[in-house]
Amino acid sequence: MLNKTPLWKTLMVMFVIAIGALYASPNLYGEDPAVQVSGLRGVEVDASTLDQIKAQLSENNIEAMSIALEKGQVLARFRDTENQIKARDLLHDTYGRDYSVALNLTPATPGWLATIGGSPMKLGLDLSGGVSFLMEVNMKEAINKAQTGLVGDFRSELRGEKIRYRSVKLDGDAIKVIFRNPQDLEKAEDYLSKQNRDLLFTSDDDSLSLTAVMSEQKQKEIREYALQQNITIIRNRVNELGVAEPLVQRQGQKHIVIELPGVQDTAKAKEILNATATIEFRMVDTDNDIGNALDGRVPASSQLLYERDGTPVLLKKRIMLTGDHIVDANSGFDEYSRPQVNITLDSPGGSKFSNATKDNIGKPMATVFIEYKGTDRKDAEGNMIFEKVEEVISVATIQARLGKSFRITGAGSQQEAHNLALLLRAGALIAPIQIVEERTVGPSLGAENIKLGFQAIVGGFALVFVFMMIYYRAFGVVANLALGANLIMIVGVMSMIPGATLTLPGMAGIVLTVGMAVDANVLIFERIREELRSGKSVQQSIHQGYDAAFSTILDANITTLIAAFILFAVGTGPIKGFAVTLSIGIITSMFTAIVGTRTVVNAVWGGKRLDKISI
Amino acid sequence: MQILKLKETVAFMRYRKVAMVFSMVMMIAAIASLAVNKLNFGLDFTGGVKVEVGFEQAADLTKMRQVLDANGFDDAIVQLFGTSRDVVIRMGERPGVKAETLGDQILSVLKDGMGVNVEMRRIEFVGASVGDELTEQGGLAMLTALICILVYVAFRFEWRFALGSVFALFHDVLLTLGLFSVLGIEFDLTVLAAILAVIGYSLNDTIVVSDRIRENFRKVREAGPEEIINISLTQTLSRTFITSITTLLVLAALFFKGGALIHGFATALLFGVFVGTYSSIYVASSIALTLGVSKEDLIPEVVEKEGAEHEEMMP
Repeated sequence: MLNKTPLWKTLMVMFVIAIGALYASPNLYGEDPAVQVSGLRGVEVDASTLDQIKAQLSENNIEAMSIALEKGQVLARFRDTENQIKARDLLHDTYGRDYSVALNLTPATPGWLATIGGSPMKLGLDLSGGVSFLMEVNMKEAINKAQTGLVGDFRSELRGEKIRYRSVKLDGDAIKVIFRNPQDLEKAEDYLSKQNRDLLFTSDDDSLSLTAVMSEQKQKEIREYALQQNITIIRNRVNELGVAEPLVQRQGQKHIVIELPGVQDTAKAKEILNATATIEFRMVDTDNDIGNALDGRVPASSQLLYERDGTPVLLKKRIMLTGDHIVDANSGFDEYSRPQVNITLDSPGGSKFSNATKDNIGKPMATVFIEYKGTDRKDAEGNMIFEKVEEVISVATIQARLGKSFRITGAGSQQEAHNLALLLRAGALIAPIQIVEERTVGPSLGAENIKLGFQAIVGGFALVFVFMMIYYRAFGVVANLALGANLIMIVGVMSMIPGATLTLPGMAGIVLTVGMAVDANVLIFERIREELRSGKSVQQSIHQGYDAAFSTILDANITTLIAAFILFAVGTGPIKGFAVTLSIGIITSMFTAIVGTRTVVNAVWGGKRLDKISI
Repeated sequence: MQILKLKETVAFMRYRKVAMVFSMVMMIAAIASLAVNKLNFGLDFTGGVKVEVGFEQAADLTKMRQVLDANGFDDAIVQLFGTSRDVVIRMGERPGVKAETLGDQILSVLKDGMGVNVEMRRIEFVGASVGDELTEQGGLAMLTALICILVYVAFRFEWRFALGSVFALFHDVLLTLGLFSVLGIEFDLTVLAAILAVIGYSLNDTIVVSDRIRENFRKVREAGPEEIINISLTQTLSRTFITSITTLLVLAALFFKGGALIHGFATALLFGVFVGTYSSIYVASSIALTLGVSKEDLIPEVVEKEGAEHEEMMP
């Protein structure tokens, strides 16, 4: 018999729509105000922290709806924002040092739904309010740093092999070694090229020079590493800000996206994110006269730097230790109530530092703070020029052989010591970064955007609904059912995909999908009408209508899907959000409009002798 | 209910010369406007700072300009945005001032100077280099999309249809860009997304028509290419109208209800749906016809299978 849907197909349609509805349902529950406590710098949140927090809250008569350990952080939900704020202040005082205590809005998804992975759609910043930054990693500096490192490596390698050279220096992008005789050149080329397989060597016998450049592959590796390192460090810094659910993600070859939902005070966030700092410990050059240096006769092995108050200091160029080895730093006060920074090093750093300081007891050592600041100038390729600012932040006499942990004083105010500790802790960036884009959306605007977007969806939906019902009558109702199921499924799929975020253009995408989703049904219904007009029987017309329209719908939607996928792959920000909802909408609408309506049509009209149908 | 009751085939292709001239004129006008007026590129592409603030009462723009002027922001463009209480302030990057803190500065200047409550609604700062990259990426996205579609359509249909549909897309995009240029509407990332949606919509339309043409070439025996295209267009006309109507309905909802932010998006699509519908009737089919699409091109080749005649005998 014509137009009967097999039972398994009917069940499948029902199952798919039910799953869609199930995963869409968390969006109906709203959100609870909550406080989230998570560990910083390796501090773990465990069951005992949970118990302590529970005890502390009940001691202070702050009633929580639930307190639980979730994904390595304590999450306490409250009935209202008043209790939430009280709890935050209380917990911040106790845990603020080693934990990040953040206000949060946690989905009030019921437990059983959450255990099967149900959660509401994530809202983009344009809907939730907050700030997003786009940061650019200065790759030129990363490469430059690696090249400078190679100069030092070459020197020690040649010295270790007892090959005499005249000079090793950086010449543009190449490292240039000049020798005294061709024998040394040959020996060096032989040795160095074996040691450094990712460098390309060329020798010139006339000028007795050997030049080495990094291979494309090596440069790529350095860039990739610099980006990864920066992401890790930014993640640490962002955690220090105590923001609930921050996002730090790479974008393309040299950009990092940071999203901080709910943050309104961008100034502080920027200060912490933007500062690119590292520290170097270097000996003060006491053998040469600083007066001569000030007159411009700076010895080749030394460098003239200044303290913040303008006091000149002559420093040895050799770096005893860099900030890369710092594992922890925090601020405090010394016995004279002066602010100080306590520093802990990793083991290689500790032994290196121990060796470097043992022969220098009683001599002055300087801590140099190096910061890269973006300027408004651009180089020929349009990249921002970074300015290296070096400042001596303390000169201290080495009292004893320094090991893994030590302290430095003289960081100025307590706030400065605190900021310095924060930066040191977050680690040293291999390459400087700079904010190239910043968007802040106020919370009220976000709420307004949601409201307007929602109104547009409802309004558009209602109009199409009425139109279809008038135009196609009973079949119009079927199409409307499909449309409703389609909307539920879009929301369900959006909630299921972890990376999908609903943005304002995304909402527009949903609206558009509603308009376009009926197209498949229009195609089918028009075909059925055509067949009916040509005198075919009702059942045959329905059958023919679905059959003939199928390939058209497929071709039309696949091409649109191609466009949507390309948008997703190439686009950023709003374009991506739009592409996500559009492609999900196309797929779900194909399912509901072809398979879904067919099931309903067959169930209502299929399999019987009819003279007329309402279309 | 039925809107269109067509008993006879409409001779669409009879007017294709007129339509072609019309399209050409429109395209040249669009190109001319793009060359002269350019596009009013938004912050996303140009870089700079945009601050959107909200007041409790209607905003006093004159006073705002004075306050900004007095604090050295004399190049700021101050405009109402959506309602009389929402104001958007725009300016380029400024040498000597860190661009990313500019927004905060403007906001605090306004808070101090206006004497009324100022609510921060949105601050955006985009570096110029990011804008360049976006322009490049946006263009690249569009180009890649067009090429992929060309390949798919050529593979599924025929190269004449592929060229026709891609040219129709190009036509629609150009005219929509032209409209934005003529009206001076701000062109930002959401509008770009809308243009890409126009591509999707117009393509949908074109494929439906092409599909019917292909079908009719195989089915209708005694008719020339022009006649077949006319028949196909007439058959799909009703569907084309209904889908356009429903899409326009939701776009109208978006235009009137979606808020100021989505206005550009809705405008681009509203216009795009009109152009897309027109182009799928006239541009794509006309080109396929002009390029000489014929019955033979669309009838699948019958591959002679070896031993086919013996198959019947097999069990």
